[in-house]
Amino acid sequence: MGLLDKKFESGGILVAKADDLLNWARLSSMFPMTFGIACCAIEFMSTAATPYDLERFGMAPRATPRQADVIIVSGTVTFKMADRIRRIYEQMAEPRYVISMGSCSNCGGPYWQHGYHVVKGVDRIIPVDVYVPGCPPRPEALIGGILKLQEKIRSESMMAPKALEKLLAKENQHVNV
Amino acid sequence: MSTFDEVLLIVKQVCKHNEPVVDENASPKAIKISNEDLVDVCSELIQNSTVYFDMLSCITPIDNGVAAGTLEIAYNLYSIPYNLHLMLKVTLPRDNSEIHTVSHIWKTAEWHEREAYDMFGIKFTAHPDLRRILMPADWEGHPLRKDYRLQEYYRNIKVEY
Repeated sequence: MGLLDKKFESGGILVAKADDLLNWARLSSMFPMTFGIACCAIEFMSTAATPYDLERFGMAPRATPRQADVIIVSGTVTFKMADRIRRIYEQMAEPRYVISMGSCSNCGGPYWQHGYHVVKGVDRIIPVDVYVPGCPPRPEALIGGILKLQEKIRSESMMAPKALEKLLAKENQHVNV
Repeated sequence: MSTFDEVLLIVKQVCKHNEPVVDENASPKAIKISNEDLVDVCSELIQNSTVYFDMLSCITPIDNGVAAGTLEIAYNLYSIPYNLHLMLKVTLPRDNSEIHTVSHIWKTAEWHEREAYDMFGIKFTAHPDLRRILMPADWEGHPLRKDYRLQEYYRNIKVEY
């Protein structure tokens, strides 16, 4: 985007699209909800610690869904935990994002066949934005997922989706006829 | 210092209903006793000053399958002062398996028995709080039974892959 690269000319006034400004603000400070439920959480902690340093992406782990923008589901989602995850997700303020970290929360992982207690993918409970594969993923992989989410946020728009409106209008016409 | 034979002698004296049988293949060597004798044997083993089995290490149920129609429960005991290990085995029918609790003898049995109930559906009579311990309270069935079938949905979440 390069907002900060440009020189502040014209008396310090900055001109930007509202979309770009909001997206830039959002993607530069995605506070993750600390939600570790298995060994992936250890990799997540290591990602947040000094050598990989999540702070450089403006990510400071929050201990409450009220202050979090993104929930990183790091670990095995059991049926007992499913309700709690759904509830935490619902308590997060919008816009909210979900990163599914590791094989377990992607699809059940090693428990896909005989794990009677495991939800076969956290996307059966909450909508997922980015899937990070691995068992567990290395910190580099998680950072890759975070960058993917940043990319996704960068392309978001506040504008009403015109194409969808047109489609709906067409559908309505069809119904009226 | 007591040997296995001395322990066996103590168990034999307490058993009123059925003669205890030694299972040589078990590790440690096990004494098979009947359902009715369990509480008497356990109370004697913890109180008898020559053995003093003061620790219940584990309770392990084993499902022998539908064809055999039996369940087994293994009680692993340990005596801290005498450094003795002992396994007690009780065989139960697979349907309506019921056994008296030992949680009034070893407090730790309370949660072990809750797990046995959760996974195998064994009813422990006189247990103070027999609820599921691992699975959600509204789960259907007992997962470690040989004939266990997964439910299709749990609270509108598909269970199968």
